[in-house]
Amino acid sequence: MLILSCPNCGELKDETELSAGGEAHLTRFGPGSSDSDFEGYLFNRENPKGVHFERWRCSSGCGKWFHAARCTATNEVFGTYSAQVTEPPQEIRDVVSAKRPGWTWRDLS
Amino acid sequence: MKRYSAFAVAREAFRFHSGWERAWRSPEPKSEYDAIIVGAGGHGLATAYYLGKNHGIKNVAVIEKGWLGGGNTGRNTTIIRSNYLQDPSAAIYEKARSLYEDLSQDLNYNIMFSPRGVIMLAQTEHEIRGYQRTAHANALQGVATEFISPQRVKELCPIISLEGPRYPVLGGLWQPRGGTARHDAVAWGYARACSDMGMDIIQKCEVTGVMSENGKVSGVRTTKGEIKCSKLGMVVAGHSGVLAEMAGFRLPIESVPLQALVSEPIKPCMDVVVMANTVHGYMSQSDKGEMVIGGGTDAYNGYTQRGSFHHIEETVRALIETFPMISRLKMLRQWGGIVDVTGDRSPILSKTPLEGCFINCGWGTGGFKAIPGSGWGMAELMAKGHSPLTEDFGLNRFREGRFIDESVAAGVAH
Ligand SMILES: Cc1cc2nc3c(=O)[nH]c(=O)nc-3n(C[C@H](O)[C@H](O)[C@H](O)COP(=O)(O)OP(=O)(O)OC[C@H]3O[C@@H](n4cnc5c(N)ncnc54)[C@H](O)[C@@H]3O)c2cc1C
Ligand SMILES: [Zn+2]
Repeated sequence: MLILSCPNCGELKDETELSAGGEAHLTRFGPGSSDSDFEGYLFNRENPKGVHFERWRCSSGCGKWFHAARCTATNEVFGTYSAQVTEPPQEIRDVVSAKRPGWTWRDLS
Repeated sequence: MKRYSAFAVAREAFRFHSGWERAWRSPEPKSEYDAIIVGAGGHGLATAYYLGKNHGIKNVAVIEKGWLGGGNTGRNTTIIRSNYLQDPSAAIYEKARSLYEDLSQDLNYNIMFSPRGVIMLAQTEHEIRGYQRTAHANALQGVATEFISPQRVKELCPIISLEGPRYPVLGGLWQPRGGTARHDAVAWGYARACSDMGMDIIQKCEVTGVMSENGKVSGVRTTKGEIKCSKLGMVVAGHSGVLAEMAGFRLPIESVPLQALVSEPIKPCMDVVVMANTVHGYMSQSDKGEMVIGGGTDAYNGYTQRGSFHHIEETVRALIETFPMISRLKMLRQWGGIVDVTGDRSPILSKTPLEGCFINCGWGTGGFKAIPGSGWGMAELMAKGHSPLTEDFGLNRFREGRFIDESVAAGVAH
């Protein structure tokens, strides 16, 4: 069972108490954007085997959204962080770099 | 290749079975092929087979990082049906189902196709309407299905409980010509036939990079060195995103674990396949007597080939209400496969932004049933650049908003 710690209420939550919200830090393209930007935002995903940044909701807890950094190949959790950011904070990236040297995700590393 | 026959069995019985030959060769890769297929699952092997059989392209390698048939093809619950809603789906799934009917003869390999019939239970008002609509659509498409009453469901499957406390059975969509087949045998049969045509199936060889020159594919990098080709087919199911990244594009796909489990073998008690989409479970009985049970996908991306335990619990809980007699069964094994899910629950058979590179993926939770049809269409696409079976399944349908929405018909994993 995957267990994540909600950074909003500080509780450790089982995956059955959470809702998965999919890939994080998408740039939102709306009306007026190019077809490929809109397609990319709506459909295309990194879907990596390895380091992944994703959105979760503490749905049977405080009800708030947050972010998690997790390895999709092993389910190792690198950390959770606030929903109010557009890319993973430096301390999360440092944890990932220590455990997965040379990782990349989109244009981040 | 020596053909399998009743005569061969008799002949071998008289010489202590010493004359059986290996079903396929295990060659080292050559430096160059006309076409390379990545992934020796059912879809990759069928693509190679029809490239050779229908289009005369036989200088082909199928490259597999593990062992052939060790991916989802060897992990699925083997349900075969073609009662989909949309016309392009009906065309490719029905093509596949009809090819399954004489695949054993075609391949000279017993794939144990068993057209025992598939019932999809309607357990809500919404499902009744949905399946009646599908039955009408199927009538127009020439796919034989029928909406049946609860009494008929009970006749076809006596161990079912119609009066489930939460979700009584209100009817069902019945496809008498659907059924099951032996999954490993499908992979083995195609592999043997490909090898016999002179194709190289290279196992334990991982593709680690895609090479290109001037926007055109020129080969692949593998753990056994570089191999050149002018046409490349990526047929790697859950790992499609990983291969696409090597070739420099992204896909509208997310990979998630899907699980199944089997019970201890018991006496024959069920000779149809039953799917219960509302409660998310489905069950059939294998020839060995095991009850084969499939469940739901995880809610988040994963490559762990394991899946979350609570999904197994939910599936079994639902099936015990539907089939009370299984409540005392012991479960023998549970496993997971990584399925490649698209937004409209339909596959992608397509050219890609890299010229000469084709992709066949997105079969998600339900591609075993499609293997022969998918291989047929993909081979035509790779050989000629277009195929009537695959034209609606292109990558550009997402950009153009032409979805083939099967999320209703395929509401459950199968
Ligand atoms: C539990 C479960 C139950 C299912 N039940 C059903 C069902 O009842 N009916 C149905 O129709 N479908 C079902 N499915 C879906 C079905 O199994 C798949 O859609 C189908 O088998 C996919 O076949 P494939 O050939 O595309 O993929 P696979 O069989 O997964 O083959 C892909 C191959 O590519 C190889 N590969 C990956 N990366 C590389 C690389 N870099 N280099 C070389 N090789 C690589 C893998 O090792 C693998 O062998 C089920 C799936 C699961 C997991
Ligand atoms: Zn919380």
